[in-house]
Amino acid sequence: MAKVELRNVYKSYGTTEIIHGVSMDIADGEFVVMVGPSGCGKSTLLRMIAGLEEISGGDIAIDGRVVNNLEPKDRDIAMVFQQYALYPHMSVHDNMAYGLKIRGLPKAEIETRVQRAAEILELSKLLGRRPRELSGGQRQRVAMGRAIVREPKVFLFDEPLSNLDAKLRVQMRAELQALHKRLGTTTVFVTHDQVEAMTLAQRMMVMNAGHAEQIGAPLEVYGRPASTFVAGFIGSPPMNLIPGTLAEGGAVLLADAGARVGLPAALPKFDGRKLLLGVRPEHLEPCDEAAALLVPDVDFIELLGSDVLVYGHLGADRKGARVAARLHGSMAASDGHLALRFTPKHMHLFDAETGKRIEIE
Amino acid sequence: MVEHRPLLKFVSHAVLILGAIIVAFPLYVTFVASTLSLEEILTVPMPLLPGNRFFENYAQVLTAGTTTGSHAAVGSMLFNSMVMALVVPLGKISISIISAFAIVYFRFPMRNFFFWMIFVTLMLPVEVRIIPTFKVIADLGLLNTYAGLTLPLIASATATFLFRQFFMTIPDELAEAARMDGAGPMRFFFDVVLPLSKTTMAALFVIQFIYGWNQYLWPLLVTSEESMYTTVIGIKRMIVGSDAANEWNLVMATAVLAMLPPALVVVLMQRWFVKGLVDTEK
Repeated sequence: MAKVELRNVYKSYGTTEIIHGVSMDIADGEFVVMVGPSGCGKSTLLRMIAGLEEISGGDIAIDGRVVNNLEPKDRDIAMVFQQYALYPHMSVHDNMAYGLKIRGLPKAEIETRVQRAAEILELSKLLGRRPRELSGGQRQRVAMGRAIVREPKVFLFDEPLSNLDAKLRVQMRAELQALHKRLGTTTVFVTHDQVEAMTLAQRMMVMNAGHAEQIGAPLEVYGRPASTFVAGFIGSPPMNLIPGTLAEGGAVLLADAGARVGLPAALPKFDGRKLLLGVRPEHLEPCDEAAALLVPDVDFIELLGSDVLVYGHLGADRKGARVAARLHGSMAASDGHLALRFTPKHMHLFDAETGKRIEIE
Repeated sequence: MVEHRPLLKFVSHAVLILGAIIVAFPLYVTFVASTLSLEEILTVPMPLLPGNRFFENYAQVLTAGTTTGSHAAVGSMLFNSMVMALVVPLGKISISIISAFAIVYFRFPMRNFFFWMIFVTLMLPVEVRIIPTFKVIADLGLLNTYAGLTLPLIASATATFLFRQFFMTIPDELAEAARMDGAGPMRFFFDVVLPLSKTTMAALFVIQFIYGWNQYLWPLLVTSEESMYTTVIGIKRMIVGSDAANEWNLVMATAVLAMLPPALVVVLMQRWFVKGLVDTEK
């Protein structure tokens, strides 16, 4: 087990820079998830930790040792790939044992380690099979087993669940968490799925276009997104972002298409400032017209059973900002208008130019 | 198609059987001729049922060759052919699999240039480069040697290209996983790439075995001693002068012997072949 440090890591292919200086300290035994849309550089970053990609600038240290120029095999890490990358011509047993055999471990030691890993992952009965005789979930487990037997300092996961069906994904998520609890190995996990990130991470790094937009615990990232990107990426449906100008002593946001959105508490110090008002759909609640802060015109409604998703537009002729609200129960909302309010603690403000969070206090 | 139309079935079978007969008939005549005496062959029409000289004819060609044409025993010719048909494919496979491995998995300067160099030689048929090749082999003193017979045929752009295409279908993640497991390039080659290429190698072996066995022009040039003749050349050397001067029964026996090994290889390797095509282990 070890801590992993990224110090101002850069990556460029030729003249194209794709990772622009990312820093993060991953503590010993921590489960860190890197999350972002495809092409944001999260997999590249993981592969740089693994040693499969060269580091163009900055340092990566594992257990206090800078590993920039070390081969993957000398970094004491194990990686689980998206497509599993099992050796097709070897049995499950041999797949797991291969790395140990190369390392020249004694046969008895290999045997105990493989048996133990097989037990943890419930693969004992499948040891003689070839990968093609296994289901997707079983293959995924073998790939994990291959990582476990190595007893590495760090586990790296590159979107390991994205090839599984939805149900299996939930199950594997739970197994991964149990595994981490049991082994306590430092883990870096890459995914584009924000639900995976929220449920698995002790800390997460939200990446966008080669930058680390925000690093923090899942609830912190959810509760205080550092930028409009994070606000839009984490949470489903994404946070409502309404652009406009604060007016009337900071009590009202004048949005596009003549829409007015009231603020639950006036912010005189930001009066006249252009910004984005953010409220999560689940923090909007229906109320009387009189107490309403915003009144969107309803476009359509999705019934989820426990909840109702209402989508609408602000402003005249539905030309203003889009608004989504997640309402409890079967509030089969009336067509037409929907009066909504929210509390000050659920209000987020972002700078209109930079998209960065504006601290209200 | 699961159509059930008796007439269609009858016609298609008739066509297939007729085709098979047309293809098989010359082979049958060859075999029949190899069991007759020379006099019987020269009668018109030639008998179409096997004669009683099967053992005599085959024993004679295997040990002594013909009396009017070449005197080389076909036994040693078969051995020469076998050497050629084994060394050429084995050499081809080992050399091209290594070059393809280098081209696909290593980033070295001018990698593409070298690949295209190899690829371009595909466009030069043997006949075009046969004189310079002969000169080189002659200067090296390799005429009438096994090396001279096989070496020039070992270099192969086709096989290299085939292996390259196959390697490119092996997922990159597999190479990366092997790197993670601590396997060096050669270890990866022997433990992963080679086992995965088994079926490709088998296919190439069959094709190249037949190619090596049936070589005509090149062995004709580099062999002048009877002891180095291959079977195909042997047949050519047995035929001298006018029609009646040839011992056709012996020539035909040699032809049958020349046909057997390639046929055997195809029949024996066929199961492997099909297996390889059916379950792609990727």
